[in-house]
Amino acid sequence: MLHITTLHYLILGAALFLLGVIGVLTRRNVVIVLMSIELILNAVNLNLVAFSHYWQGMPARLGGGPLALHGQIFSIFVITDAAAEAAVGLGILIAFFRNKETVNIDEVNLLKW
Amino acid sequence: MGGSVMGQIIQYIQSYLSSDKTPGSAGNMFWALVYIMLVFGGLSVAVIAMNWLERKILAHMQVRLGPMRVGPHGLLQPIADAIKLLLKEDIMPAEADGFVFWMAPLIVVLAAFTVFVVVPFGPTHAVTDMNIGILFMLGVSSLSVLGIVMAGWASNSHYPLIGALRSSAQMVSYEVAMGLAVVSAILMTSLNATGTGTLSMIGIVQAQQAQGEWFIFKFFPLGLIAFFIFAVAMVAETNRAPFDLAEAESELTAGFHTEYSGFRWSLFFLAEYSAMIAVSSIAVTLWLGGWLRPFPNLLSGTPWDQIFSLFPGVTFLFFAAICFYNTVRMPKHPLFRIQTIGLAGFGAVLGLIGLVLFVPAVSIRIQDIFWFSAKVAGFMYLYIWYRGTFPRYRFDQLMQMGWKVLLPLGLGVLILTASVALLQQKIWHP
Amino acid sequence: MAPVATPFFFYLFAAIMLIGGILVITRKNAVHSALALIVALLAQASLYLMLYAPFVAGVQIILYAGGIMVLFLFVIMLVSIERSMKERQFNSQWVVGIIAATALGGLFIAVYAKGRDIFPDGVSTIMEGDNTQKVANLLYGQYMFAFEIASLLLLVAIIGAVVMAKKRI
Repeated sequence: MLHITTLHYLILGAALFLLGVIGVLTRRNVVIVLMSIELILNAVNLNLVAFSHYWQGMPARLGGGPLALHGQIFSIFVITDAAAEAAVGLGILIAFFRNKETVNIDEVNLLKW
Repeated sequence: MGGSVMGQIIQYIQSYLSSDKTPGSAGNMFWALVYIMLVFGGLSVAVIAMNWLERKILAHMQVRLGPMRVGPHGLLQPIADAIKLLLKEDIMPAEADGFVFWMAPLIVVLAAFTVFVVVPFGPTHAVTDMNIGILFMLGVSSLSVLGIVMAGWASNSHYPLIGALRSSAQMVSYEVAMGLAVVSAILMTSLNATGTGTLSMIGIVQAQQAQGEWFIFKFFPLGLIAFFIFAVAMVAETNRAPFDLAEAESELTAGFHTEYSGFRWSLFFLAEYSAMIAVSSIAVTLWLGGWLRPFPNLLSGTPWDQIFSLFPGVTFLFFAAICFYNTVRMPKHPLFRIQTIGLAGFGAVLGLIGLVLFVPAVSIRIQDIFWFSAKVAGFMYLYIWYRGTFPRYRFDQLMQMGWKVLLPLGLGVLILTASVALLQQKIWHP
Repeated sequence: MAPVATPFFFYLFAAIMLIGGILVITRKNAVHSALALIVALLAQASLYLMLYAPFVAGVQIILYAGGIMVLFLFVIMLVSIERSMKERQFNSQWVVGIIAATALGGLFIAVYAKGRDIFPDGVSTIMEGDNTQKVANLLYGQYMFAFEIASLLLLVAIIGAVVMAKKRI
């Protein structure tokens, strides 16, 4: 409990992921849904960086060693993707808000039969 | 038993004194706290001095006198302003969001003060030397945009909202140009034997020391253009003239801090001056050689070192001489007696500090800090000079300059710097 | 510098992140949610520092807290909030959502309980003296293609966001 291992970080990442999933599935406000998606991406990033730190302690013949920073590179790309996705998502939100004057996603039902 | 504990404490406190690392890198928490207190105190004194200097210098540029009444030549005016701001009524708009209204000045002040953790006043005179020093400074100073957006939104009134939107759009746009200029300078740190650069602030100045020239003169004129881009972008980043449309009184009644009064407003004001000093520190560290004295290799050798080591004492004695000269010129009226005595006392204190700085033991330690502070003070004077000289930019002109002029210029300088650096590494020193 | 009081700092930042996450999904006011998310992101940057990844921590502060959240706050300010604060906050299928999240949580607990012994006791303490240089070597060496594709992605995102938000195309 007191010695912090990789598992602690993974459990924290899983808890954040769950919070993000609950936010996406239960909220009506689009902006808060987008922010919950950012929470999910952050949880994934935490996992990646925790595993990168774990691999740095593994011997080099197994693929580890001090140069095994692949998880950190991946997390940089995830942050970049999150920025792109947030920008486009908010652009769509603005375009939709201009038409329908509401920010609730269950009123985005123009194609519903 | 008590003696050995005291002995251990004293030994821990003294263990850092002959170290060659910053307190943070050496892991010495006591000295790190001492350095934090020193930086915080120095920053507060600098902000107070900036307040007085700005009003006096602007006034003299506009052929008037400025504050003359409160102390001798208005020297106590900042203290009077501070007392007034502390005693003012604390107003919050009725429909404003209380929590966000309260948090906004805190975030701006925190962002402006936290960057000083990595500012290097000397090779060991920083609180800590992070591996990602310049990245940390740029990142934390971009958090102040959040505080401004929150301040504008929480005031629940249209002047602050428009002011906050404009101010934050301007800051975000010029951060891009700043980043490109910073990358050009960081590229120049990698022109050494191993071909590895560094992002740490102390490492950047040591790279300039190893290469023997300040980066502003490197690959002439590329270093100069990069410095120019950063110098323009940093004025826009801190919302100062001529880019102060978002908070100018004739345009938007005071922009995002319209609804703030008293102590909260003084927090914004404190954060603005601290941010000015912070970005000036970045410019001094990256291009002007940080704590290095001028002409490190052109005028090298022990006699020149000794001449340059006399500068701190001479500067303070010069200020003391100005004080005494103005004391003599004070009106010889009994009502002015207290002011005359005050000014003479202030001059005496400055002269005493100057004389102390001539002592070799103090002079050796104070060299780096003095040169760094002198360069940052030069930048502060430039800020005030810009405010007194340039007319204000209109907002669309401002954004146009940030995106259409500075950004392509920054990209061009970056590509040219990288090409010249590659040629130098491969062809001249293969 | 040797790490000091690691469990205390880990639990502190983990608690800040979890409280921030809970505040994000439960606040009525979108601005309060955004502020809670900023706090959670800054706590995550501190956790990255504890995992000896200072470059990723710096990128997180600059991009996420200083860029993406500013974008969110701008859009929240442009989209009117007062009316949406008075409406119903949770949608009509929240029960199914909670059940699905509970199932997912159960799956996580099962996986982590079963695989608990894979991870060794010690976590390596690599001094982060040249983390940025190593990241740069990998990023511009082995992952150069992904880097270029990411820049293309950002270009597409810029054009897409501008086209979406314009009034007349």
